[in-house]
Amino acid sequence: MSDRVLLGDEAVALAAIHAGITAAYAYPGTPSTEIMEFLRVEHERRGGPRAEWCTNEKTALENALGVAFVGGRAMVSMKHVGLNVAADPFMNAALVAPHGGLVVVVADDPGMHSSQNEQDTRYYGDFARVLTLEPSDQQEAYDMTREAFDLSERFRLPVLLRLVTRLAHARAIVRVREPRTPNAIRKSDSPNSWILLPANARRQWRALLERQPELVAYGEASAFNTLTPGSAAVPAVITTGIAKNYFLENVDDLPERPWHLHIGTYPVAPSLVARLLEAVPRALVLEDGYPFVERQLRGLAPSRYEILGRESGHLALDGELTPDTVRQALGLEVAPAVTVHDGPLPNRPPQLCAGCPHGDTYAALKQALAHFGDAAVTSDIGCYTLGALPPYGAIESCVCMGASVGMAKGAADAGYHPAVAVIGDSTFLHSGITGLIDAVAANANMTLLILDNETVGMTGGQPTMLPSSRLKDVVLGVGVPPERVHVLSAHPRQTAANAEILRGELAHDGLSVVILVRECIETARTHKQAGAKTIPVTAAP
Amino acid sequence: MRFDIILAGVGGQGVLSVSAVIAAAAMQQGLHVKQSEVHGMSQRGGAVLAHLRLGDRPIASDLVPRGRASLILSMEPLESLRYLEFLSPEGTVITSVNPVKNITDYPPLDEVLDRVRRLPHAVLVDGEKLAKAAGSHRATNMVLVGAASEVLPLEASALERCIADRFAAKGAKTVDTNLAAFRAGREAARS
Ligand code: SF4
Repeated sequence: MSDRVLLGDEAVALAAIHAGITAAYAYPGTPSTEIMEFLRVEHERRGGPRAEWCTNEKTALENALGVAFVGGRAMVSMKHVGLNVAADPFMNAALVAPHGGLVVVVADDPGMHSSQNEQDTRYYGDFARVLTLEPSDQQEAYDMTREAFDLSERFRLPVLLRLVTRLAHARAIVRVREPRTPNAIRKSDSPNSWILLPANARRQWRALLERQPELVAYGEASAFNTLTPGSAAVPAVITTGIAKNYFLENVDDLPERPWHLHIGTYPVAPSLVARLLEAVPRALVLEDGYPFVERQLRGLAPSRYEILGRESGHLALDGELTPDTVRQALGLEVAPAVTVHDGPLPNRPPQLCAGCPHGDTYAALKQALAHFGDAAVTSDIGCYTLGALPPYGAIESCVCMGASVGMAKGAADAGYHPAVAVIGDSTFLHSGITGLIDAVAANANMTLLILDNETVGMTGGQPTMLPSSRLKDVVLGVGVPPERVHVLSAHPRQTAANAEILRGELAHDGLSVVILVRECIETARTHKQAGAKTIPVTAAP
Repeated sequence: MRFDIILAGVGGQGVLSVSAVIAAAAMQQGLHVKQSEVHGMSQRGGAVLAHLRLGDRPIASDLVPRGRASLILSMEPLESLRYLEFLSPEGTVITSVNPVKNITDYPPLDEVLDRVRRLPHAVLVDGEKLAKAAGSHRATNMVLVGAASEVLPLEASALERCIADRFAAKGAKTVDTNLAAFRAGREAARS
């Protein structure tokens, strides 16, 4: 088949189609979003497999699990923190012995380009005792995704595919292979494996542990792990994932070519490590993320091997790798750049688009808050988080999806008034509703602002799972008193009037919900451009 | 041959289109290409940086190493100065002179342009003016591609073909505007 130029994310998506998936599910999150974007386009335009955005990563994974339950192949994709949300189904999916291939794709964000932490998904693979594959380039992203489905069915476990930002968002030529036909749909012949009652779960857990040596044997033989002999006079180099590219970028400048072990699959193959360290007892570990392999190799007990890496100070403990940090860790000088003697430049942080509805909501909120003493304003994850920066300075927290609601309740419970939570429509549906139910049950003395821009703005305008018109019904449905629910237009002309209503609700002793509605100007523009054309693929409800 | 490019600008300025056109032309000429893009938060009006690497041998890293870029191609003058640690001492900075003043502490424009001019190899083009003359201010990024074509190891005709391909779906007029913008940029960089 032909070559294609693909983002790492797109290579994964295309490979899933070629692997014969029955369906794919996802919640948008940088840097994973383009996987589902690609699948949606293939589905809408070329009749590709079912590909759906879901309310959150947990429901997405559970949808995929259901496909595997009846024997189909399914993929679920998310950003790294999304797996925290989906951790419950993920951990337990490792026990159910699916017969339809289940691949969980997680895109990590070392360096936190668009994230609130840089957690390393490889720990989840280890935690669940499943196989994890980590591609080093776009071609491997394709090849590993195809293989991941085969491995999932062979070992009867979910397989984790770990991407990082730089792979997900870089384009290269990918050679693709013949597609495979989707599985026939049939339930498992061992139905009890899916019923994790303690007696079954104990059996399934033991079976999973007994399969571990097979997973190790797979790693020992896999072509994704390579051991290349070199000079014993210099420290060996161990790379994982894209760190290989940074090593190869620099290797020709080294006086001697070191022994090199590249790790693409986990659990790490112990015999490859043993052969490397027998040849050279000192090794530098290069991995984009936490010192995962480094720690495993160093262990706690004294050892005759010397393991270098992030925790030995050869690389920073945090942040993504670059060709330059790797170069320095290899003992090479970074190339000189053009010399300039000018002072520093002003920063240009991201900011709300000019005319963004959130800006008008923040203006109204600040006017309303001016009538009170010190308020606690919690917020959440989305474009509106940029309201923390000047000129708004309107919010005081951003922790995880949905946290604003529970945190405002906690602050109110502790006696803070006014306590305000600010959350976007999609984040509210993702993880805010449950917090609101807690607040209703306690009649918490707080005000919840739902910023309804009718889209998932930050990730590029994906549809929300419920149309904006239904948000009010949801809020009323969980029991917020109707007289304490307002739906307002987040239009600049309304700012003063909105501020008055907000002021009244902030003063009210109890729970209020104010929904501020105006479409994201980016998606409004896309919709206008699309006009009456065919179904918009990525930006319509 | 290795030609590393840093593409700079402000989120929303079309940096990814610039990268895509140059990458497509390089591939048509049989070169190896690595193209690292920026998606997500910084696209919201923040400083954006993309890496584009061309070479006649396979390229390992998606990211350009420091001190190796042959070209910094910037849609905005302040941004053209942000990534100089990547620029090789022989490298060129090509930038549009039109500022995006979405920050309160934007320095006086003359100072910024002066700093660019003091670099060993700098080319400044009035992207907006040339794009408007070509038919639309939205073609500013193709003016920059045109200006870059003077130093890129690529045939101008290959770049023109890729521009035509990229805008074909939007109709003949858009194609013509973008080609005219490209040629105007090429002309401006020469003079
Ligand atoms: S993308 Fe939409 S929601 Fe996000 S800042 Fe821009 S206008 Fe606001």
